[in-house]
Amino acid sequence: MATVAEFDSVGLRYGTGAEVLRDLDFRLRTGSFYFLTGPSGAGKTSLLKLLYLAQRPTRGRIKLFGEELSEAERESLPPFRRRIGVVFQDFRLIRHLSAFDNVALPLRIGGSSDDEVEGSVREMLAWVGLADRASARPPTLSGGEQQRVAIARAVINRPELLVADEPTGNVDADMANRLMGLFTAMNRLGTTVVVATHDVGLIGATPGAQLIRLENGTLVDPTGTLRNPPGPPRGDS
Amino acid sequence: MFPWLFVSPAERRLLGGPRFGGPTPWVIAIMSFSIMLIAASGLALASTAALVGGSIESRYALEVPGGAATLAPLVEAVRSTSGVTSVEAVPESDMRQTLERWLGPAAQSAELPVPALIDFNAEPGANLAALQQRARAIAPGARIVAHRDSVGPLLHSLRLLQWVAFGLVVLQSIAASAAVVLAARGALDTHRFTIEVMHGIGATDLQVTHLFQRKILIDALVGSLAGALAAAIVLLLLASGAALAGELTGGATLGPVDLVVLALLPFALTVLATWVARTAVLRALRKAL
Repeated sequence: MATVAEFDSVGLRYGTGAEVLRDLDFRLRTGSFYFLTGPSGAGKTSLLKLLYLAQRPTRGRIKLFGEELSEAERESLPPFRRRIGVVFQDFRLIRHLSAFDNVALPLRIGGSSDDEVEGSVREMLAWVGLADRASARPPTLSGGEQQRVAIARAVINRPELLVADEPTGNVDADMANRLMGLFTAMNRLGTTVVVATHDVGLIGATPGAQLIRLENGTLVDPTGTLRNPPGPPRGDS
Repeated sequence: MFPWLFVSPAERRLLGGPRFGGPTPWVIAIMSFSIMLIAASGLALASTAALVGGSIESRYALEVPGGAATLAPLVEAVRSTSGVTSVEAVPESDMRQTLERWLGPAAQSAELPVPALIDFNAEPGANLAALQQRARAIAPGARIVAHRDSVGPLLHSLRLLQWVAFGLVVLQSIAASAAVVLAARGALDTHRFTIEVMHGIGATDLQVTHLFQRKILIDALVGSLAGALAAAIVLLLLASGAALAGELTGGATLGPVDLVVLALLPFALTVLATWVARTAVLRALRKAL
């Protein structure tokens, strides 16, 4: 069974504080859709940081895309990061760049030509409903528009793993459905999706998705979904 | 050629702000200005030392205590010595005239013993010991004095000053490098968020550094050239009228090689600043994950 991520006895602490994540053991199957839930302060964002290589675990072992990366040289990480799309809770858009340039950033870092960038970014902005806001800078966009730009940036280069932290927190129900539709479509194309959310409705509206629940930095899995082999990826049945 | 020097408009937009500006070009301009003046002084001193050293290297004087009574046979003895290329007797009247500058009318007093002098040039290998023996046979007490021995301390001072100038150029370059490091760190702090986002998306350190090194290269190049231009104007003004002009353009000119060295200095400073900035940025980036 191919996995995108493998966590073995992973723990994380910041500085000399207490562990914010403890004894995490799970695997994310390639092409699956996961929701990460839990109360505020449970460690969801920290877990996502480990997934998108913004943090190293203080103990345990993490394999991403089949490679042990817990103690990998930092110079070896950029190629793995390019295979991951991230939607940050605070969007993390570069304020002095236009929406177009923010969305184009992953493609440019990946070495795409100007023509490729132009076509892909226009298409993506149109999909998230911001075709006419391409030249607008983030401070002039609403919260929902900024979130859509952030999502467009995360998915523009068709990542193998898409990690989203509360991606629908600032958009209306209609846009939330459209964005989840985009995530689902990407998942159907083979992208493994991990969405951290409090939105129970969102989880219920995504059949076949699996649940990772965190409480106090540990994995709570009353259903056993993650410990048992997960069901087939969406679209396989 | 130099692909690292050129970035696309999109890459330029990543750092935002004007293409050129801030305190860095001014700091580098001031450093470049002082480096150019110090280097020009050092090169002029080196040129002076070479000129003086070259002119006296083969120059000797035969001092004859007791006046000019034996001058004619001594001149003949010097002239007939193998390796001697030119001989000139200095008349006693010339000697007294020279002494008059320091002694006043007393220099003309018959009570003041003035030695006779014979200036001559000798090729290396000339048998000066034999010449001295022959001279002493004619005029006991005659002795050969090498000009380089009497001018030696002055030459030593000139060479010392030349090394002091070189040291100052090195110190100024180090100071300019330190300023560039501070500027690079400041730029990193200013753009920390952008860098974090780029790293998160998969940018390498080299890709990030590329953006900064180009900006610092432009700042350094503009600052260096501006400072060098100002220094050139000052040097031209000095050369056209001030006392230093004599040293710079008269006795000891700045030769073509010196001018090439001076012309290359701003570019060397630019290369140094860019390399220092690149190294500083790369080191700082390595502290992040």
